[in-house]
Amino acid sequence: MKSKFLEKFMEIIFFISACTSIISVILICIFIFLGGIPAIGEIGLTNFLFGTNWSPSDIPPSFGILPMILGSLYVTLGAIILGVPIGILTAIYLAKFCPKKLYNYLKPAINLMAGIPSIVYGFFGLVVLVPLSREIFGGTGHSIITASILLGIMILPTIIGLSEAAIRAVPDSYYEGSIALGATHEQSVIFATLPAAKSGILSSIVLGIGRAIGETMAVVMVAGNQSRMPAGLAKGIRTLTANIVIEMGYAADIHREALIATGVVLFIFILALNGLFSILKRKVV
Amino acid sequence: MSKFIRYMIKSFAFITFLVLFAIVGHILIKGIPHITPSLFALKYTTENVSLFPAIITTIIITFLSLIIATPIGIFTGFYLIEYAKKGNKFIEIIRITAETLSGIPSIVYGLFGLLFFVTTLKWGFSILAGAFTLSIMILPLIMRATEEALMAVPNSLREASFALGAGKLRTIFKVILPAAMPGILAGIILSVGRIIGETAALIYTAGTVAQIPKNIFDSGRTLSIHMYALSSEGFYTEQAYATAVILLLVIIGLNYLSSYLSKKLLKGNSNE
Repeated sequence: MKSKFLEKFMEIIFFISACTSIISVILICIFIFLGGIPAIGEIGLTNFLFGTNWSPSDIPPSFGILPMILGSLYVTLGAIILGVPIGILTAIYLAKFCPKKLYNYLKPAINLMAGIPSIVYGFFGLVVLVPLSREIFGGTGHSIITASILLGIMILPTIIGLSEAAIRAVPDSYYEGSIALGATHEQSVIFATLPAAKSGILSSIVLGIGRAIGETMAVVMVAGNQSRMPAGLAKGIRTLTANIVIEMGYAADIHREALIATGVVLFIFILALNGLFSILKRKVV
Repeated sequence: MSKFIRYMIKSFAFITFLVLFAIVGHILIKGIPHITPSLFALKYTTENVSLFPAIITTIIITFLSLIIATPIGIFTGFYLIEYAKKGNKFIEIIRITAETLSGIPSIVYGLFGLLFFVTTLKWGFSILAGAFTLSIMILPLIMRATEEALMAVPNSLREASFALGAGKLRTIFKVILPAAMPGILAGIILSVGRIIGETAALIYTAGTVAQIPKNIFDSGRTLSIHMYALSSEGFYTEQAYATAVILLLVIIGLNYLSSYLSKKLLKGNSNE
């Protein structure tokens, strides 16, 4: 009798634990949206989203986050342009070209790359990439280009990991069929195996975009953080994430709420990307 | 044509590993000479810029976050794999929310922690608020590791245990859990890496006080926040290098441990 009770009791405990992630997502949504939406109402949705001027300490203050939205989009686009080709080709190498012995060293290296804290990437960007970019592109070195390069590096492990898994999941018969028709190893991999892994690779890119948009500390350290409209590739910008982390420390009242509203916009971007990711993922299965 | 393709693939892969090598090499070469005994002084002053208090804080926050997230993550895994029926709508919802959680950027976690734990629950900037925020962040990691480890346990083990008359609970804790342990541990170790490397989620929850916290309602900075503070102030580049070395070495160690445990799991099951 007693053990039956315990069985049932623990099952309920397991069930409640399983509910935790649902409750967490609901709580996060409630608090972020409730915290930010009043400010959007007060500022006005169009003024907030399309206003080109962010000067919270002016009288009257102005809260337009278009510069930050564009900033986030620009650096993310830059990161994709740099990171996606390198990432996908590295994934192909790891899945189809790498000798087994070497793979045992390279795979952990990719895992390490994923594990390096963003603050260390940011610091590396600050002490190495910023001076380098100052030499090559001029300006202060804190720029869209520098941030794009750093983010491009940071999304590599995400893209490589998922793309490699997608390539490996393609049945060998595709490759063998192509070889049987007289194609070379390279042609078979690129023209038979790779197209079959398309949706897996696409989902890795979506996840990479999410990483790039959400990255905070590394970008803060190299992007310059000027809250004005993007003025050129070698000029600084501020991203949505940077806006929050830089000003949250001293913001009050409507300024603070406007920052939380910045978080709302970021959150909506991420939710949309997550949705896209799960659609692509279902397609693979 | 084929030669060109192979050349492209090899050179791009080379770029990837060159970049990683450059980052790790640069940090280690420039950082190791700056690791001095005074960095490990018990108390932080602006003169010694000791990172010892930050190490202690990091350990406390890691420990607290794991205490909160590990049981919940493992129990969720039990429920999903051992109890819930396949194709259940509820499981689908849990999977989707877990996926959502793992996609949320750390700054959004930081905002949430600030609004919920720090402000609404009135915990203030505290180790506790930081640990709770992080525990939500690592929950999907531990959940997935547990799920995968449980799925890798062969059904024959379960059947054998039931055939011997063991109940479900006894089977889970005495038979399945030990077999799945290396995989679960690998997941836990990866989450430790996440916690140690986290900055954005902690700045506005655990705060940035540079001393050893006296209790869990005190503010304190972890190593990563310490490093951010040092490098953004601009006077302490040498100490920031040293901190980066320590962070990197810890992450390398954790990664090694995690992959060792995963391999052990694979090996253990192939012996069945």
